[in-house]
Amino acid sequence: MTTSENELSSGNSAKGFFSKLVSNQLFIPLAALLLLVIFNLIADPTFFKISLEPSSTGYFILSGNLISIIDNASELAILAIGMTLVTSASGGQDISVGSAIAIAGSVVLRVVKGYSDGISGGEFAGIMIGAFLLCVAVSALFGAFNGALVAYFKIQPMVATLILFTAGRSIAAWINNNENISINDMRFGYFGNFLPAIPIPTPVFISALCMIIIAVVLKVTNLRLYSQAVGINASSSRLNGINPKTIKLLTFIILGVCVAVCGFIKVSRTSSITYAVIANNIEMDAILAVALGGNNLGGGKFNMTASILGAYVIQFLTTTLYKFKVSSSAISAYKAVVVILLIIMSAPIVRKWITDQKNKRAAARLRKEAA
Amino acid sequence: MSVNSNALGEKKLKGRASLTDTNLLLIITIAVFIVMYLCAIIFLGKGFTKPQMFFNILNENASLLVLSCGMTLVMITGGIDISVGQVTCLVCMACAVNLEMKGGNVLTSMLIALGIGLAFGIVQGFLVAYLEFQPFIVTLAGMFFAKGLTTIICSDRISVTEPGFEALSKTEVSLPFIGSYNKAGEFIPAFAEIGVIVALLVVALLFCLLRWTKLGRNFYAVGGNNQSANMLGINVKLTKFLAHVLCGLCAGIGGYLFFLHARSGSPLHATGAEMNAIASSIIGGTMLSGGVGNIVGTLFGVLSLSTIKNIVTSLGLDDPWWTNITVAAMLCIFLLVQSVILARKNNNKK
Repeated sequence: MTTSENELSSGNSAKGFFSKLVSNQLFIPLAALLLLVIFNLIADPTFFKISLEPSSTGYFILSGNLISIIDNASELAILAIGMTLVTSASGGQDISVGSAIAIAGSVVLRVVKGYSDGISGGEFAGIMIGAFLLCVAVSALFGAFNGALVAYFKIQPMVATLILFTAGRSIAAWINNNENISINDMRFGYFGNFLPAIPIPTPVFISALCMIIIAVVLKVTNLRLYSQAVGINASSSRLNGINPKTIKLLTFIILGVCVAVCGFIKVSRTSSITYAVIANNIEMDAILAVALGGNNLGGGKFNMTASILGAYVIQFLTTTLYKFKVSSSAISAYKAVVVILLIIMSAPIVRKWITDQKNKRAAARLRKEAA
Repeated sequence: MSVNSNALGEKKLKGRASLTDTNLLLIITIAVFIVMYLCAIIFLGKGFTKPQMFFNILNENASLLVLSCGMTLVMITGGIDISVGQVTCLVCMACAVNLEMKGGNVLTSMLIALGIGLAFGIVQGFLVAYLEFQPFIVTLAGMFFAKGLTTIICSDRISVTEPGFEALSKTEVSLPFIGSYNKAGEFIPAFAEIGVIVALLVVALLFCLLRWTKLGRNFYAVGGNNQSANMLGINVKLTKFLAHVLCGLCAGIGGYLFFLHARSGSPLHATGAEMNAIASSIIGGTMLSGGVGNIVGTLFGVLSLSTIKNIVTSLGLDDPWWTNITVAAMLCIFLLVQSVILARKNNNKK
């Protein structure tokens, strides 16, 4: 009996490298990315071409599919940061992020439109900072609203955020009296497009900044430990002196701040807003990013790098689908199939079934060898 | 003897406890509806006193009623289904395409509607019950799948002019004895669309199912406590599966009723219907935590929700955003009430 077990474990260690690779959380998103890259290479080798071309403003900018993927994935990557924390601590997801982005964008536009007529350069920068801060405050407030419903009233996160999911776009329209506001000032578009004389899109820098901030926060503070502890077992973490309610609320507020940054980038991209369409279906993508990163959607341990990588993979998928002339509204059907496949693969029952099969096969092989 | 009476007493006590639990929420709902309707009559004039106004509310919300009933079933077992709105949209589009472009008739379109509903119910039910996924994730994926599929079928609005279907959709049932008198003193009976009859039939059937059948009791047992239901010998997985299948079927029927009322297919149909259905169920006293709920409550939930929407539009706040905000606010309030009730119950236990 013991010998067979020993043999089993030694057989495992022989394949140790491969199984370690597969069990690494980064394996799923990296494998998916590789699959997409190979697929695109076969289908169209020019997919990865990057060129330096003069833009309409006269500066040279980088253009190409790869750049547009990294550029467009910025919002998703920023959202994935907050969503991962919320998932970890509360064991549910926030489905109101798309609507909340609409609110944040609407706030920014209202402030900038209200104050920016006939103003000199220095003051415009001040207005932009003010608009940004206000939008962060408003989004954090809505995040706190969601968080309070989840933490203090113990409502399931997805149902609690369903409230804002419905009302959000209506509130966004209400803030601006349902007018289609657009900002003519060139400088407003810097944050969503290109800064003068810099060939890389600005959102890339913003998302990189967010990633650095969250990396430092996770390194310096106990946020990772606390939110994981709360997600794994709220009552035992309370007995250990962590207040689960505060932690849950905090994660929702952090997600609110992420939403504010996304909303700011989104409206800066187009210098205008369409309430029903802005950040449409982004909640699905954000949840998908977390799932693709191999994080347990039921809360607990998380891997931030994997989530962020997941966001880029999803944008890669979206761009690939666009390339094959799939209309933007039909894309959600394909993504839904991907989600279902992913959750089937990550389901505990299916995993257990696979390991059972593996063990059975190993045992059968051992028996054969013994015979 | 004493043991027997003791057991009887316990049973009585238990019966009363569960009575207060379910019925408190039901009473709140009915009271809210009556107060709201009275407010409407007082502040908005006599329009609301006419029976026809009441039936207009039903006419407009027949499909929502069926959707909410299906939602209530799933919520009683402790799950949730947010795909129903987009399934409704998909059903409308598929039926419209079938009638207008593929030369189908009323019967084929009905079969398509039921088939789509059943397919969604079976797949989602299987994933939730047998593979044990969170119902929210599964049905969110289902919602986006239906949304995408609708635009893949057709991305434009299709109006249906097939004569057989038009005749069916314009059928109105005059009600005996209920109606109002016009200025000349003639009696005008109130009318209901055929969808209302179907919807009320569904309500009655599901009410009987929950009240008097084994399956209905199993729904409550599974929602109340998964593990003890399992120990009682109830097939928990099958029960959850059946709840989702029934909800899918309701989505199919509700979708067809929406189609009957709208007479067209469009990717914008029934946006936010899942939200209204969930809100109606919650207002009707169904607990999100499962095990508590009532179809009659859901009926009143739908009526309350529609009345408040009517009030909001009649107050002149007919900007499109106000209804959404009101529904969300109402949902929020009722969720908080539930949460408080639940917290008090837990305190009492301690």
